[in-house]
Amino acid sequence: MNSYNIDLALRPTTFDLWHLCLAGTVLVLLFVLLISWISLFIVSRRAKKVAAIQPPAPEVKIVEKIVEVEKVVEVEKIIQAPAPEPVILKQATSDAALQLLNILQKEARFIDFIKEDMGVHADADIGAAARIVHQGCAKAINEHFKLAPVSQDQEGSKVTLNAGFDASAFRLTGNIVGQAPFTGSLVHKGWQVTEVNLPKLTEGHNPNIIAAAEVEL
Amino acid sequence: MSQTARYSVGIDLGTTHCVLSYLDLTTADEQAIPTVLAVPQLTALGVIEDKLQLPSFVYLPHEAEISEGASALPWINKAEYLVGDIARNLGSKTPIRLVASAKSWLCHAGVDCKQAILPSEAPDDVSRISPFIASKAYLQHLRDAWNYQFPEYPLNQQDLTITVPASFDPAARELTVEAARTIGLHQAVLLEEPQAALYSWIENSEGDWRSHVSVGDVILVIDVGGGTTDLSLIAVTEEQGNLQLTRVAVGDHILLGGDNMDLALAYTVKAKIEAESGKRLEAWQIQALTHACREAKEKLFSQADVDAIPLVIASRGSALIGGTLRSELNREELNRVLVEGFLPVVNAADRPAVKPRSGLRSAGLPYAQDAAITRHLAAFLSRQIGAANDLKDINLPEQASFLHPTSVLFNGGVFKAGVLSERLMQTLNQWLQAEQAPEARLLQGADLDLAVARGAAYFGFVRQGKGVRIKGGTSAAYYVGVETAMPAVPGLAPEIEALCIAPLGMEEGTEQDLPNEEFGLVIGEPVRFRFFGSKTRREDQAGTRLEYWQDDELEELDEIEITLPEEGHAVGEIVPVHLSVTATEIGTLELQAVSRRDGQRWKIEFDTRLGELI
Repeated sequence: MNSYNIDLALRPTTFDLWHLCLAGTVLVLLFVLLISWISLFIVSRRAKKVAAIQPPAPEVKIVEKIVEVEKVVEVEKIIQAPAPEPVILKQATSDAALQLLNILQKEARFIDFIKEDMGVHADADIGAAARIVHQGCAKAINEHFKLAPVSQDQEGSKVTLNAGFDASAFRLTGNIVGQAPFTGSLVHKGWQVTEVNLPKLTEGHNPNIIAAAEVEL
Repeated sequence: MSQTARYSVGIDLGTTHCVLSYLDLTTADEQAIPTVLAVPQLTALGVIEDKLQLPSFVYLPHEAEISEGASALPWINKAEYLVGDIARNLGSKTPIRLVASAKSWLCHAGVDCKQAILPSEAPDDVSRISPFIASKAYLQHLRDAWNYQFPEYPLNQQDLTITVPASFDPAARELTVEAARTIGLHQAVLLEEPQAALYSWIENSEGDWRSHVSVGDVILVIDVGGGTTDLSLIAVTEEQGNLQLTRVAVGDHILLGGDNMDLALAYTVKAKIEAESGKRLEAWQIQALTHACREAKEKLFSQADVDAIPLVIASRGSALIGGTLRSELNREELNRVLVEGFLPVVNAADRPAVKPRSGLRSAGLPYAQDAAITRHLAAFLSRQIGAANDLKDINLPEQASFLHPTSVLFNGGVFKAGVLSERLMQTLNQWLQAEQAPEARLLQGADLDLAVARGAAYFGFVRQGKGVRIKGGTSAAYYVGVETAMPAVPGLAPEIEALCIAPLGMEEGTEQDLPNEEFGLVIGEPVRFRFFGSKTRREDQAGTRLEYWQDDELEELDEIEITLPEEGHAVGEIVPVHLSVTATEIGTLELQAVSRRDGQRWKIEFDTRLGELI
């Protein structure tokens, strides 16, 4: 068995493997120490900032049909990764939606129709009511929205989408491979609203009343 | 005309709709196209929409009906009256509070238009308003809508033309101008609607109108609005190489329009439903039916391959299915009721049926008794056979029994239905053929709904001396009744003579004095004259006295009244005066009494009170 004698008077005359390892370890430790100091410093700065500015309440806004919901990102993670630009989502006010319901009810008896129990009525009766609803809805929609097809091509015809096409206006389906230009057949021509002309509401208007109760004297 | 006006604004103050259009005078040329203003208006309580037409209705709400702020408009927190779409909507369910057809009342002899008489069916509880106030309310709404959109160019500083039916009498014209004045629109001038329609056609042709008409043409303008039918004849003549347009005749005030057609359809279907179900329809169901009929009519007229349109009236409750009332409107009914009912093929010699009015006539409007527009047209053309006698360019064959129009211009949404305009043309051409006259041409390209307002805006441009101006002058000759000097016969009213005070076609801006006809007026005491108009007596000059005339030659209008104020005179003193008549530039007739002694002038009012003194 070897015995290790420690002789403090001894001086190494050359670097051996052990000493090289020792020196490396010292350097690594020093580096780690430095990093932890710096990070500690940053943490203290950031923590102060976060305390000072309340993070804004996450806004959920609806952009056309695509609804994105913001994830609540933990504070620690923000500190470590460089913070991404927060996604601003629009919240559609319920007023416009209620207003549309109001219009559809007024012109087309829409809510009355939807609230009916279809099971108990004969088809002929439903058909008669459907006329009122269809006629009224058509009038309401035509009056307040200008609609136009997204694609001017005939449905079923071949269309080619060049690179940089508007992906929100044209949706690719089926065998999506390769690079633009994409060529395929137009399944649905799409609809877009080119003009919205909703009535304005006065200050005191209660939009929650879709149809006022009617009392005849 | 104001010097600083930037825009020429035209207002079609219609019986059922008002439209405002405007033209930028700084850029306008003969091809300028007037823009129609989208008028913000309440469509339901608390809801404001911009619409090209402002329905001419006023609703007088009960104070419990309106919650705070629900009647706000962009320019006012609480409107004085509910005007426009909301009035029509609320009024369809509460007719006792709805003021409609105020304009027809303005031309209704025997009614004081400044007295609160509308709605005529309202119970005592409802505080009524006068036809004058209602007209003012529409103008006020349009003025405010304009000022809201063009705050830098207030309406009272723009050129303003308001249209009136050609058949409006002097009192109704005066009331229209007065309504405009009371809301600060002092510069307003009047234009006859059929003329406005022709101006719009000229403007629409983009300078090409001269190739569509030629010297010797007589243009018949048939304007069938929501509530009235207005006829005018405009002759095309030549002066120093330029085409000239002269309005030579206007028709009577016929209360018959598109609304009558929808109502006629509704009552036809109502009879059918009642016969099938044995139940009587309620008022609200008839209202809904009228609405449904109007839409079905438009569809049947626009789609030739459809034979019948189902009609459905929803129940009023929230249960929609099952509670509906079903029927249909088919093409045969539509043709029978509208084409045969309103535009039957008649002879040129036919006349509208006149039933004697029953003695106890309710205080309603004097609606036309005969719904046949073709018969009214036949009567008009034969009455006006001499309308163009003075114009050397217009030559009528000797055997003609009526004035032969060479072209026709339609106006009014009714004529969107091709069947109706074709029938009218066909009937007219039959009359013409029977007298070996060439067929009349239809002038194409008219904007049937908005032409009057657009033509009125274009008129502002014409008034600046650009483009062609339709000449016309007064649409009738006017007379006052003068008692003849003859011994009184017991039991007989004293005979009267008609003294012509203004000839037919008296030009705007001219004055007629009648120095030879002297009256003694008592200071402080109102003196009333019977007042007459004639649309056919062309040869009478100011000062002509008629001892005898035919019943259909002279039409009695509202009386006129003179009260000489006391200033400078003693009560009871008799002042000798003579009459002076001015056809003003703004399109009204101004009657004055001129003192013999010092030339002092007093205005004579068109008195619209019931003639107790006759």
